[in-house]
Amino acid sequence: MQWAISVDHKKLAMMYIGAGLIFFLVGGIEAAFMRLQLAQAGNEVVDPATFNQLFTMHGTTMVFLVGMPILLGFGNYLIPLMVGARDMAFPRLNAFGFWLFIFGGLLLYFSYVGADGLYGAGTAPDVGWFAYAPLTSRTFSRGNSTDYWILGILVSGFGSMTTAINFIATILCMRCPGMKLMRMPMIAWMMLVVAFLVLVAIPILTAAQAMLLFDRTLGAHFFDPETQGSAILWQHLFWFFGHPEVYILILPAFGFVSEIMPTFSRKVLFGYPLMVAATVGIGFISLGVWAHHMFVVGLGPVLDSFFGATTFLISVPTGIKIFNWLGTMWGGRIQFTTPMLFVTGFVAMFVIGGLTGIMLATVPMTWQLSDSYFVVGHFHYVLFGGTVFGIFGALFYWFPKATGRLLDERLGKWTFWLLFIGFTLTFMPMHVSGALGMPRRVYTYEADRGFEIWNLISSIGVPVQMAGVALFLWNVVRTLRKGEVAGDDPWDAWTLEWGTSSPPPEWNFDRIPTCTSARPLWDRKHPEDPDAHYE
Amino acid sequence: MTALNANPSTGPLKAPLSRAKVGMACLIFMESAFFSAFLVTYLYYIGKSPDGPQPLECLELNLVLINSVCLLSSSVTVVLAVRSLARGAMGAFRLWLAVTILLGLEFLLGTGYEWWGLIEDKGLTIQSNAFGTNFYSLVGFHAFHVFVGLVLLIGVFILSLFGCINPKRDHQRVDVATWYWHFVDVVWILVFTLVYIVGRVPQGAAA
Amino acid sequence: MPAADGASAAAAQDVASPPVPPIPSAAPPPYTIKGSVAEMDAKLVVCDPDGPPVAGAGVTGIFAPESPPSREIRDLSYLVFGICIVIFVVVQGFLVVAIVRGVRARRAANRSAEEVSDEPVQIYGSIPIEIAWTVIPSIIVFVLTMVTIRTIRDIDITTAPEDSLEVVVIGHQWWWEFRYPGPDGEVVTANEMHVPVGRPVWLRLESADVIHSFWVPRLAGKMDLIPGRTNYTWFSADRKGIFLGQCAEYCGTQHAHMLIRVYADEPAEFETWLAEQRKPAVVDPSVEAGRRVFAEYACLNCHTIDGLSDGMFGPNLTHLASRNTIGSGFIPLDRDNLRAWIDDPNQLKPGCNMPSLKLDPTELDAVTDYLMTLH
Repeated sequence: MQWAISVDHKKLAMMYIGAGLIFFLVGGIEAAFMRLQLAQAGNEVVDPATFNQLFTMHGTTMVFLVGMPILLGFGNYLIPLMVGARDMAFPRLNAFGFWLFIFGGLLLYFSYVGADGLYGAGTAPDVGWFAYAPLTSRTFSRGNSTDYWILGILVSGFGSMTTAINFIATILCMRCPGMKLMRMPMIAWMMLVVAFLVLVAIPILTAAQAMLLFDRTLGAHFFDPETQGSAILWQHLFWFFGHPEVYILILPAFGFVSEIMPTFSRKVLFGYPLMVAATVGIGFISLGVWAHHMFVVGLGPVLDSFFGATTFLISVPTGIKIFNWLGTMWGGRIQFTTPMLFVTGFVAMFVIGGLTGIMLATVPMTWQLSDSYFVVGHFHYVLFGGTVFGIFGALFYWFPKATGRLLDERLGKWTFWLLFIGFTLTFMPMHVSGALGMPRRVYTYEADRGFEIWNLISSIGVPVQMAGVALFLWNVVRTLRKGEVAGDDPWDAWTLEWGTSSPPPEWNFDRIPTCTSARPLWDRKHPEDPDAHYE
Repeated sequence: MTALNANPSTGPLKAPLSRAKVGMACLIFMESAFFSAFLVTYLYYIGKSPDGPQPLECLELNLVLINSVCLLSSSVTVVLAVRSLARGAMGAFRLWLAVTILLGLEFLLGTGYEWWGLIEDKGLTIQSNAFGTNFYSLVGFHAFHVFVGLVLLIGVFILSLFGCINPKRDHQRVDVATWYWHFVDVVWILVFTLVYIVGRVPQGAAA
Repeated sequence: MPAADGASAAAAQDVASPPVPPIPSAAPPPYTIKGSVAEMDAKLVVCDPDGPPVAGAGVTGIFAPESPPSREIRDLSYLVFGICIVIFVVVQGFLVVAIVRGVRARRAANRSAEEVSDEPVQIYGSIPIEIAWTVIPSIIVFVLTMVTIRTIRDIDITTAPEDSLEVVVIGHQWWWEFRYPGPDGEVVTANEMHVPVGRPVWLRLESADVIHSFWVPRLAGKMDLIPGRTNYTWFSADRKGIFLGQCAEYCGTQHAHMLIRVYADEPAEFETWLAEQRKPAVVDPSVEAGRRVFAEYACLNCHTIDGLSDGMFGPNLTHLASRNTIGSGFIPLDRDNLRAWIDDPNQLKPGCNMPSLKLDPTELDAVTDYLMTLH
């Protein structure tokens, strides 16, 4: 009950992350069923309709109910602690946003019961997570499953927007004395840009979904090709949201890497100002690349070239980040704790995702590879190898701060290697099957086209990943019961959250700290050579 | 470079930003994104309704002009109200706030009357064609935001009647609340330009 | 939907009508498709050992082009792939070196000094290095953009190439319609497209319902078929053979079984095929019973058989038996398969829009025999 009525940013954050992890398991089980079905050509584990529901729910869940809440949860937990504030700017709004997210998620999953009424239980949205018109119209999507999809995302979207407002207000107005913008921890910068992107992108999705809802319930004609409505309009609106959304999902993970990597390399983040510039640059450019999801709708050579070029361009600031992380590791004294393993894995995997992204920005290659398994492989390298690895790194890194106990390192390393191997087994072969011509979102595929072996390897990766996740959950349970006590600053780190107790009191800091540089605790620990000298 | 300064100055923050203002600015920013989606969609569909009621024959300017004048002047009256509050003149504050609310109500009722005419006489509904779909969605969402703004202002008004508004303490809060009202006005200028000026072209021609 | 209707209507019938003859197919064993398309294709090309392969890895791959657009994409892909491999090796190389050095430095520090708090040299940044890794990627990106734009201009042409054959491709929930407009009348066929070797084929892409995407990887990149809009794409098959592909944009329940087969024929063969297809349907008195079944039941509402019916919802059946497959390319056409398909399409292709008409076995045999004569 204390939790249900709490407006404390730390409690809300833990509920965000906990709920996100539960949805992560659900989405993972959906994926496991899909891989089971695709393990062999012509399998009949699930029927086609169920398969289509599985990938729709998997995508929607992972993006809106796992990625967003966990990352927003970390933002919620860390921003006030890292900028030296007692709470978020609007604590009650914060709680409101969280409960909207939960309600939206439950609404989406209620479709399994309510989409066709109790007698048709077991149906769920089956239009894909980007729900292209006119497949979503009343004509092609009967029943209420698509309405559940719209409303569930709409509601949780409102939650994200309120949280974004909170982030911006907290970062801009609640920093402790001495914390100039250019002294903020990198996570705060990332979250600031993310919040900005949320405020630009999610309203567009909300508007598009409102239009779709009008089409479906009031008989409006926004996306109805029969009456001059445009099916492409939905794609423009959706991807104007959808591409910034990708950066909403990856930038916080960049933030995790930028905090964890210096701590375990024992070096300051290399090139802080350039890193900030790259982040802001990514934020802006990401608003101008949306149509690279639409290279096969026939936009014409001019638009295709333009969006291809902007997409190439965004790889420059992204590359800068990777090089800056390498610069941070270079010459450091690296300590491979579990969080460090995960963020190093993040860098390695994200490079692959980025490079396949460059291939997909090459418009003619996308003409071949778009909507193939190559794309599936690409974005899982970004969102799993990237975001999820970043999240696991962050979970291991800040778990002692939030609970006062250190997760078991041995189990943690096993988790990493199982996830890493399982992930590579599952997603690397998808690039091959895509290049061999296997389209995505098929419930089965033709034999004798060379897809079988790659799909089988992909499916074999699944139990390995599941073992990794199970080990992690066991680790959490075990640690909560009898884990090693962490102390205030187990990693000997440099940002403000490690300067208070673990777990922090409800008011975060007994005395509001002051900040002398981007690494306030470094200055405290090394008074002979403080960072402030190098600003 | 404060080299060799043993205790680098923490540098007192410049007057910190007000979180209420930042929050409201963010809200307005977000709402702008929302409306821009509908505005762009409206623009895209201009001239793409070959069948059904046409904007040129449906939309009449008389009533809308009166509505617009009311809504736009309410922006002025709300400024006067906030200034009165800053001076501590509660009577003037309540008066100007009441005038603002009445002007806003006129706008809503006027829009309702216009819609009544469109539906009953011209047969334009959201189902008619792309024009009807876009018209009711865009104007409707704007009207909904006017409604929300009105709820906000009426709330302030009721609080002031019960003496819960303290000029010194609440002046800034009320000011921030009126930002939203101004935002709704600015959106109306865009909607009006798009729907009643740009959009009143013969349909089907451009398509 | 029609399928569901059919099922529920049948269920209602079961309840309403007295159980006169026990329906033998009350719980039929699930029909397994006889043979496979791949086996059939292997037989089809046996007479042409030099033709492109029809089975095995790469038959739908992007690295085995047989047409100018896909070849140009392949060449560009090699270039981009090469650049990416170099970047990959460099970046991961630096990562590995940084890790090895970092771990060694940590071990050395642990051995030599008791003081754990002793930290390595702090490097806050380096303007020249940072400029370097901003500028070098920018140059690479610029080069990539230029070659990309050049390829786009080569492939994405907006007018039909000279002397091209125009084919209208219409996507339906879950099959393809191909129309060959011509002065002597239009030829309409489904799922199997015939084109002449060496002549550009200009595809006009439309959709009857939702968005589909035409993708035959060895001939050209994909292009969407969007309702309310017309797209164009083109290819020109280099040599005789069968090229496989399938719908690449999720389009509903049976998206997976919306396969495309492109037969590239020698020009003379192609003209013969076109002339054959232009003829009206065969009328064979020996299968008159089946023709009557077709005409009396709902078949004719959806299917066109030239001279008998003009339904537009399903594939044109005028020359059904001249095709090799049914069910949009995933079931080999033979009598048993066709009979099972007509009996209950949803058993073979769950969710498809063709309902089971609950024909009795004699009607089923008759109509199957009739359709098998439609060469």
